[in-house]
Amino acid sequence: MGAIDPRQELADRLGLTEVPPARFASPADVTERLRAFDYLGDDSIASVTFLADRLAKPVLVEGPAGTGKTALAKAVADATGARLIRLQCYEGLDESKALYEWNYRKQLLRIQAGRGDSTGSEEWSALEDDIFAEEFLLERPLLEAIRAKDPVVLLIDEVDRVELETEALLLEILSEYQVSIPELGTMRAQQIPMVFLTSNNTRELSEALKRRCLYLFVGYPELERERDIIVSRVPGISTALAEQIAQVVRSLRQLDLKKAPSVSETLDWARTLVVLGRQEIGDADAAETLHILLKYQSDIDKAKKELLGRGKSLA
Amino acid sequence: MLNVLGDFVAELRAAGIPVSMSEHVDAARATTAIDIADRGLLKASLAATMVKDSDHAPIFSTAFDIFFANRSFNPDSESDSPDGEEGSPSSSERPTGVPGRGKAKGMGMGGGLSMSPEELSEMLFQALRDNDNNKMREGAAEAVTRYAGMEPGRPVGGTYYLYRTLRNLDLEELTARLQGIILPPNADPDNLTQHIARDDVARRIEGLKAAIEREIRERLVEDRGAEALAKSVRKPLPEDLDVMHANREEMAQLERALRPLSRKLAVRLARKRRHKRRGAVDLRHTVRRSLSTGGIPIDLRFKPPRPAKPEIVVIADISGSVASFARFTLLLVHAISSQFSKVRSFVFVDGLDEVTALFEHTDDPKEAVARINAEADVIAFDGHSDYGRAFMTFHTKFAPEINKRTAVLILGDARNNYHQSNAELIADLRYRAKAVYWLNPEPESYWNSGDSIIGQYAPFCDRVIECRTLRQLEAFVGTLA
Repeated sequence: MGAIDPRQELADRLGLTEVPPARFASPADVTERLRAFDYLGDDSIASVTFLADRLAKPVLVEGPAGTGKTALAKAVADATGARLIRLQCYEGLDESKALYEWNYRKQLLRIQAGRGDSTGSEEWSALEDDIFAEEFLLERPLLEAIRAKDPVVLLIDEVDRVELETEALLLEILSEYQVSIPELGTMRAQQIPMVFLTSNNTRELSEALKRRCLYLFVGYPELERERDIIVSRVPGISTALAEQIAQVVRSLRQLDLKKAPSVSETLDWARTLVVLGRQEIGDADAAETLHILLKYQSDIDKAKKELLGRGKSLA
Repeated sequence: MLNVLGDFVAELRAAGIPVSMSEHVDAARATTAIDIADRGLLKASLAATMVKDSDHAPIFSTAFDIFFANRSFNPDSESDSPDGEEGSPSSSERPTGVPGRGKAKGMGMGGGLSMSPEELSEMLFQALRDNDNNKMREGAAEAVTRYAGMEPGRPVGGTYYLYRTLRNLDLEELTARLQGIILPPNADPDNLTQHIARDDVARRIEGLKAAIEREIRERLVEDRGAEALAKSVRKPLPEDLDVMHANREEMAQLERALRPLSRKLAVRLARKRRHKRRGAVDLRHTVRRSLSTGGIPIDLRFKPPRPAKPEIVVIADISGSVASFARFTLLLVHAISSQFSKVRSFVFVDGLDEVTALFEHTDDPKEAVARINAEADVIAFDGHSDYGRAFMTFHTKFAPEINKRTAVLILGDARNNYHQSNAELIADLRYRAKAVYWLNPEPESYWNSGDSIIGQYAPFCDRVIECRTLRQLEAFVGTLA
């Protein structure tokens, strides 16, 4: 089969004069360059990031809270020297907050200013062209990412928070890398931005959205990777302590808890233990600091019972 | 490659993973962009392009292992050693001395029985102790050859072989030895250290089991081909499992699937309620907004709407035949009880008892459901379902409390053991209530056969719904609120 380079194809569609060079040479290259910015990914993170660049497709990153979904986009931006443009989603997000808005106050002023020195209806068409000029256009994150001349990484954070209908706003930009503005026409991307969408999976996203994206599930890290993350993010921690922390956290995650400890909570815990000057975790230390890892009283009680044994209370 | 990919996509679809045309194309494109000899990368790429739901990942993973077990797509890789990732079982990486991937390693018992049981056990122990993947694979292969007793051509999925292999390996002894190594006996370890060590050992043993399972699967693929094997190990997605006929393992899967399901449902319902209608104009807010446009209210603001929440009454048959279904429905309804103004639950066999109180003082509905069996007083006579009698009791005691805001949910297969139906009571309930729904966990084709009298009740219900899987249940409960 004739191998078509997806980047080439997209560049043709966008009317770019030259195809922007691929950002990563191989998945191993991804891992290495992210590591330089203290982001330790696993194989699937590296593979999907690499693929997203090669296929010029957005990535939908899903997984529990606090496992580094947003951090991935930041690290990719850092590693590729691109500017990060972030759209934080929330309920009630609409076109005027995500794509663009006409600066109607300025438009009103323009009309009022026009009234003084000119009359006559032929003026109106000139004025109409004038008030829908780019001067009156307020850029919002999506349009900003499309119009950027420099390399950008677009992060659409917590996309599951917007309503199902609002998702449709994203579809054009995700599949075509363009934004249509009725008064101005279609704005095409000036380069091929990398796009990351994150979701905490509080609702099903629409099929249409999923189809346009590559899917990456970021779960809790393996023991070894979590240990490495702790070592790289917490200054002054010993490898032995980091390993022990990772082991405790893994055991906690196996319990049936309301909210399992996330990686960021693990890091908080590690920092606390370092500040307390501990070299290893005993029962008493664990019991005293468990509230940093677990955020529900019922979870804390359960963890104490299972991990520390009910009999040995810390009197 | 494209042909194999096509077969693979067909298998995914047959297993219930929706793979669209454009995703298939993406996957094909992905294979041209990567080095397909790298199995880890190939797997990640196919997953990223075709599987868009983390619940589907295990099914994808199984299917992938079957379809891409030991095929090689790169013509060069026959001669060069493919630079696969560490975990990929490519033949050239295998240490010498182990039977290769050829005939000797096939199905029969004849292949390299080079070790005594003690040596094998020692080898597995060392592999587990050092976390040595190569050795683990070697040991797993040896164990399968020795113990599984695989017979060529038998149309099985491999669970039986796995069971036979594990039974013959003394896993308990291995566990004990490992714990002895990891926990130094001289120190007085506190509870935490012990617990961690136990978990660590358990994880390593799980790793061994997985290695054995993979080994068995690879041999089965060699024997019968990928398509046939994929068909026999195919499992439905958790939300498509038939609740009434789930075995213990599937039950556990269902329970795990239920929590995210109910959380999503609650979020969706809360949003639907907030966005259904706009409330009245919020004058304060509108005037404040109008200041920036010179006092002209261009941008109207509305108060959030506050529609009334419905009340739910659940009447569930918890006799043997439909108990598991009733449990899941109660769990789901109570898990999203914040979406209703009131939830009352009743259970019956031939007597009827209210169990609402069990759910009130616990934040774990699972615990409450477990207590139902022990505490509810549901057997009045002989312990066989008697719908007529149960409805009679309900009607006498509770009918006056049913009002126009109440939706009544009846769960059961309507297998009445040839007792009287008392269907007119349901007619009266419907007159009092907002609606009466009947959820029947039996397939529709079985209705009204034998002692099922759903047909007598059906005319008096607003809807009678076949509800066999979590997916159907979720869809129905979603329409209630």
